[in-house]
Amino acid sequence: MRFTFTDEQRAFQRAVRDFLAKECPPEHVRAMTTDPTGRSPKLWKGLAGLGVVGLTVPEEFGGLGGEEIDLVLLLEEAGRAALPEPLLETAAVGVPMLRAIGGDLAREWLPRVAAGDAILTVAMSGVTLADAHVADLILTPNGPVLPSDLHLERLPSIDATRRLFAFDGAGIDDAAFDRGALAAAAVLCGIAARVIELGATYAKERHQFGKPIGSFQAVKHLLADALLGLEFARPLVYRAAWSVATGDEQRSRYVSMAKSYASDAAMNACRASLQVHGAIGYTHEHDLHLWLNKATALAHAWGTAAWHRERIAL
Amino acid sequence: MDLSFTPAQDAFRSEARAWLSANVPREPLPSFDTAEGFEAHREWERRLADAGWAVVNWPEEYGGRGAGLIEWLIFEEEYWGSGAPGRVNQNGIFLLGPVLLEFGTPEQKARYLPKIARSDEVWCQGWSEPNSGSDLASLTSRATLDGDEWVLSGQKTWCSRGAFADWMFGIFRTEPGSERHRGLSYLLVPLDAPGVTVRPIAQLDGEAGFAEVFLDDVQVPVANTLGGRGEGWKIAMSTTGFERGVVLRSPGRFMATAARLVKLYRSRAAALPASLRDEVSRAVTDTEAYRLHTYWTVSHFLAGGEVGAETSLNKIFWSEMDQRMHRTALSVLGEEAELAGPWTDGFLFSLAGPIYAGTNEIQRNIVAERVLGLPRG
Ligand SMILES: Cc1cc2nc3c(=O)[nH]c(=O)nc-3n(C[C@H](O)[C@H](O)[C@H](O)COP(=O)(O)OP(=O)(O)OC[C@H]3O[C@@H](n4cnc5c(N)ncnc54)[C@H](O)[C@@H]3O)c2cc1C
Repeated sequence: MRFTFTDEQRAFQRAVRDFLAKECPPEHVRAMTTDPTGRSPKLWKGLAGLGVVGLTVPEEFGGLGGEEIDLVLLLEEAGRAALPEPLLETAAVGVPMLRAIGGDLAREWLPRVAAGDAILTVAMSGVTLADAHVADLILTPNGPVLPSDLHLERLPSIDATRRLFAFDGAGIDDAAFDRGALAAAAVLCGIAARVIELGATYAKERHQFGKPIGSFQAVKHLLADALLGLEFARPLVYRAAWSVATGDEQRSRYVSMAKSYASDAAMNACRASLQVHGAIGYTHEHDLHLWLNKATALAHAWGTAAWHRERIAL
Repeated sequence: MDLSFTPAQDAFRSEARAWLSANVPREPLPSFDTAEGFEAHREWERRLADAGWAVVNWPEEYGGRGAGLIEWLIFEEEYWGSGAPGRVNQNGIFLLGPVLLEFGTPEQKARYLPKIARSDEVWCQGWSEPNSGSDLASLTSRATLDGDEWVLSGQKTWCSRGAFADWMFGIFRTEPGSERHRGLSYLLVPLDAPGVTVRPIAQLDGEAGFAEVFLDDVQVPVANTLGGRGEGWKIAMSTTGFERGVVLRSPGRFMATAARLVKLYRSRAAALPASLRDEVSRAVTDTEAYRLHTYWTVSHFLAGGEVGAETSLNKIFWSEMDQRMHRTALSVLGEEAELAGPWTDGFLFSLAGPIYAGTNEIQRNIVAERVLGLPRG
């Protein structure tokens, strides 16, 4: 038993964090909320250049041949940065689906994905399709579809950086759904980590009654409880990644444990951070909502906490 | 004890219900945090006023029906249950109105109350300042006497609906050299006065729900002082008491949310996880507890009892209940919960409940210190 990441995995995570801090700061995320496509080809190319997009693409097709255990830490970074790009759909779900289909399709598309030249999206559940407007290939249970074959009707998400389209069909199979739920859980952990940091930083700066508000126990406990939620979600997420990567037969239960905890952790962390910020956190000018809205979207996409808890019990 | 309503109260409820069902707009009005929606809501307020439903518990001479508090609670249940629009002039009607009735001069009452009742003048509340939120007594906006005029300078912020409001009531430091809660006065400020600059601030939903109000040598007649000079804190706290107490968030509003939640749940129950049934039952029970607690408090008050720091308990309860109900609704919606709509709007707004009208941390401090007598931190 060795429940830890390697130095290399941590180093990759740090590199991605540094890259996103520079290329995807809050101003960028904000600009994407009103951008016509909401997506940045430059950022995508940059991520591909780092090997993030092709992480799970086999080496023979130009990827890094990594697995879920490598990917979760990077998805946390995506959450930390509130990255708008469809990394989850492409790298966490789409690529493994293409790998499973194999044959000419995989040979044609995987190298393009790894190079950052093709974006994938997936039919999460048969209700919505994310990022269909920029996708080059849409993976559905009935096989791959080209976006030009679909009529795209946009649906408004609470997260203005998410681009959702109505989809009337069946959802992807369990294995793929589990990958998406796992990835969403990892992103949610990154969001939670970031908003807790924002709250703690603000609690040191903001003064009321002649003291930093962070000196009040009520404020300390809000943030400490938020951290408690996050720190106990993370091991569940990492175990779920391991179980998906190794094909563990308990995989679905483990993913459900991870997603239910991560959804709650992120929602609670956002609520706590907003509470610590007071009214300023409730403004559009402040950045907090970029994470809060994304957390709300992802906590409910890929199965709600209640849905996943039900799956654990049955 | 008698938990049944009197025949007169039942008749009052039926009358309100009949009027509302015939008059509530079929389609929801646009958000009152937009210029267009604000005016649409003002129009709605005028319709309410014309029919005598705007301020049921105010005296008739100011546009009310002289109804009692129990009738007011009944009206609120019917109002929210009918799906009627939010009250754009809630600050004027529920916060300023009661203070004017208690502390205003006859001239002030005659001048302001009827215009509040018809929403000819919509009010915003100017308490908070950038550096004075929870620590309101540290506020620095001041008013200096110059003959018959106050000259105001400073900055107020987070004024809800201030972007389109006509007037602001606020507290200002009027006594030079005074500190904390001493030396403040409660002033009524027209927002079209020279020297006033209103900057809208968008809230989470991107609409201009807040405003910052800059005051640069704004002249306001001394007659716009509500209550005695230097008495502002006491009067402001009486508003805050009202606000935290029953009037800001009456049970009817939450009962309506719970009813919508039950309907949503039942329409999908077969496909939902069993745990959500528990959460929905909790929401219904929560709102009943809040309703009964309110009737209990009001009955106690009508029997001559005092309502003090216990109002903080109310504020904590409704704000946290509201947030739980909305979170449950999002769980019921499942994947569709992220699609922007009435439930996501309500959810975002429920997140603000534990912040405005005094944060829940401050309320818990008040309960612990003033009700339980624990030492101050
Ligand atoms: C939707 C909304 C509408 C509003 N409308 C109005 C309005 O119309 N008019 C108006 O004047 N104001 C309004 N406000 C402002 C509101 O009154 C303040 O936000 C509130 O009083 C808190 O002040 P603050 O935002 O400066 O937070 P801060 O006071 O800076 O508090 C930040 C955090 O520190 C905590 N904290 C501070 N002091 C203590 C302490 N002693 N012990 C424990 N914890 C503490 C708080 O609880 C909070 O969690 C509104 C706010 C919101 C969100």
